[in-house]
Amino acid sequence: MAGNEPSARPRSPHLQVYKWTPAMAVSILHRASGDGLAIVGACMFLWWLGALAAGPDAYAAFLACVWHDPSPEVGIVHQITNIVGKVVLVGLTWAFFQHLFSGLRHFVLDTGAGYELKTNKLWSIAVITAGVLATAATWLYIMAEAL
Amino acid sequence: MGNGTHLGKVRGLGSSGHGSHHWLQQRLTALANILLVGFLFVSLVRLPLGDHAAVLRWASNPTVALALILMVVSVFWHLRLGLTVLIEDYVHGEATRLLSLVLLNFYAIGGAAYGIFAIVRIVLAPAAGLAPGGM
Repeated sequence: MAGNEPSARPRSPHLQVYKWTPAMAVSILHRASGDGLAIVGACMFLWWLGALAAGPDAYAAFLACVWHDPSPEVGIVHQITNIVGKVVLVGLTWAFFQHLFSGLRHFVLDTGAGYELKTNKLWSIAVITAGVLATAATWLYIMAEAL
Repeated sequence: MGNGTHLGKVRGLGSSGHGSHHWLQQRLTALANILLVGFLFVSLVRLPLGDHAAVLRWASNPTVALALILMVVSVFWHLRLGLTVLIEDYVHGEATRLLSLVLLNFYAIGGAAYGIFAIVRIVLAPAAGLAPGGM
């Protein structure tokens, strides 16, 4: 493989020597949120859809695991998965908005626009901010509905 | 790979006019995902998710079921493209890379098939005179 043999050629400095910029952050967050959605998000969706198709009992079992176990004495496993489930759902909401807004940014960049340093920095920060704000707004709405 | 003609030496190694294929498919499925996952997201926030019968009624509506099937196709197509790039970037050994790509394809095609089959079960269960889960 390339890189195994010693070479006299100058080596490119690795990532960590560069100053961290918003554009770099939004780039790696696009990959991280996309891969999170692709693996965790898609599996959660299929689990939910399969439980919905399998009938009321399977659906109730899904809800008791991921969201809330209505039985009077909740076992330790469901106590843990009820918390993990909510954390994962909030995380997936953030990943959805981050990937959506970052993807829209890519559509603009595809046209050749938005590469000027200041503009690029501004929209990188805007994407990250919008992702967090939209996630917060969604869960405030969900909690307000539940009350 | 052939070793006779120039064409034989380069075949399978470059774009040869097809370099934009992956890029274009990623953009097309991204556009479809905005519409279809956006629809799912709004629906999930608005649905009474604790009520199995209500969610089932929503999902068995033909328009909703069609949108869900299209969404499964678009999402799994898009995630296959994205995870392919991830594997190509980070998995280095030739054998492990090949194995990862095989597993990814099993996941993408198997996941999409599972999702579409679940939607078909939801829609056709009443027509077959079965309670959901009875098949």
